[in-house]
Amino acid sequence: MADKRIDEPTGVETVGHEWDGIEELNTPLPRWWLWTFYATIVFAVGYVVVYPAIPGRHAATAGTAGWTSRGALAKDLKAADAARAQTRAAIAATPVEKLADNPQLLRAAIEGGAAAFKQNCVQCHGSGAAGSKGYPNLNDDDWLWGGDIATIHQTLEHGIRYPGDEQTRSSQMPAFGRDGILTPAQVQDVVSHVRVISGQEKASASSTRGAQVFADNCSVCHGANGEGNRTVGAPRLNDKIWLYGGDRATLTETVTYARQGVMPAWGQRLDPVTVKMLAAYVHSRGGGEALPAAPAAAAPAPVPATR
Amino acid sequence: MSSIVERHKTLERNVTLLAVLAFAAVTIGGIVEIAPLFWIDNTIEKVEGMRPYTPLEQAGRDIYVREGCYVCHSQMIRPFRDETERYGHYSLAAESMYDHPFQWGSKRTGPDLARVGGKYSDEWHVQHLKDPRSVVPESIMPTYQFLAERPLNQGNMTAELQTLYTTGVPYTKDQIAQANDDLKAQADPENATEFKTRWPKAQVRDFDGDPKKLTEMDALVAYLQMLGTLVDVNAPAAQEDLAKEKGR
Repeated sequence: MADKRIDEPTGVETVGHEWDGIEELNTPLPRWWLWTFYATIVFAVGYVVVYPAIPGRHAATAGTAGWTSRGALAKDLKAADAARAQTRAAIAATPVEKLADNPQLLRAAIEGGAAAFKQNCVQCHGSGAAGSKGYPNLNDDDWLWGGDIATIHQTLEHGIRYPGDEQTRSSQMPAFGRDGILTPAQVQDVVSHVRVISGQEKASASSTRGAQVFADNCSVCHGANGEGNRTVGAPRLNDKIWLYGGDRATLTETVTYARQGVMPAWGQRLDPVTVKMLAAYVHSRGGGEALPAAPAAAAPAPVPATR
Repeated sequence: MSSIVERHKTLERNVTLLAVLAFAAVTIGGIVEIAPLFWIDNTIEKVEGMRPYTPLEQAGRDIYVREGCYVCHSQMIRPFRDETERYGHYSLAAESMYDHPFQWGSKRTGPDLARVGGKYSDEWHVQHLKDPRSVVPESIMPTYQFLAERPLNQGNMTAELQTLYTTGVPYTKDQIAQANDDLKAQADPENATEFKTRWPKAQVRDFDGDPKKLTEMDALVAYLQMLGTLVDVNAPAAQEDLAKEKGR
């Protein structure tokens, strides 16, 4: 073994090995690196003491700080609740029709509603609230049961044809074809009439016959000109917006078997503040209507047509 | 120089001795890190409600693995506020006790699915698997239309359950023996009386909306609809138990 010596050109000590005349310089580690390394060792010792670390018979050491990931989550949730508490209390104290009087509160409610919508409503109404076949588009101004904020709130709270809620919105279109109220030919005639008033077809002999069938059977709910009736959730038929489809095949199916769309009563599942926020969000989507001028607006839902 | 440094030189010059001692050092480290997981309470917490997968759910799970769903979807809700508010209660270790292999995943291109069961309707799942964009316009998920058309390869579920049994999944003899019948019965409510006696808490219905045939869609939707639903994590008793635990 060669001796350690100072290498003359560099002035650095060698490690003392020598292989066929080749020696290695014992260049020291950079100071900053070495001290960082020692610091991590000291940190590790402290970490093991403060945080859960060393496994034992039943559990790891708890650590002096008492930290747990689940405890940290509980703390986070509590802090978030506390941060929201004031806004939520304010929304809880404000009747839904009065939310618009406080723009800041309304904005908060819309934001909260957007989050709750993504959790609970997108499954049917779509992530952009544009709906799909059988599930209404909430971005337009075509409403089945009404589009002012109080009415939307009522729909959200009690649902539509939802079993288990006394105040749920309810109406029943008869299955005209299946139950033999109309013959298949009459169904085709009334479909022709509906396609004429919605501007999809030119008037024909069939549609003229259908107009009479419509007046006798349909106008009670859908209105003499097919303008719809919101108290019974009867859709407007003289426009080009369709919930299930306006083509002949779909309309024939609708008239023959009727449609009974259901929406859950969210008042049973969500807290009142969230339901209010959802109403504010849906109202803000573009089709929200002003409250009716009469003070009767805040009154409970219109009496259902049938039960 | 001290004698320890001198003796270390022996080690540096003897390859066999170095290998043996390096192996010993890694073994000790491994045991210290891994072995406690088999006995400390954290990793083997007991929960109410866990049951092994039914044959149909297991078949759906096989499709889930075959199609590589785990590449984009995790099944592991971590205890963070952003996750629990979106996906529900954080996952418990015991909830994947019958997973072979587990599907925790490590990447979320799509959302976590650990508690997707019951969140959507069967119709939604079928529609979404056939054409994801029709219900979620911004989705980049591939379409799985073919699942609704392919008959479920009924294979030998008895052998599969038997294999899982040997890995420690507590299927009963009856469940294993009748697995091939149970596979069909779960999606056929009219002939499911016997199935219900063997699997009292499983969901029985035609999952894909096509009662005429048993498709891969039936199996996959049956699997998705039970994910995360077995343990009632939000029950008051469960909450109390979780609050008592320390050291996580």
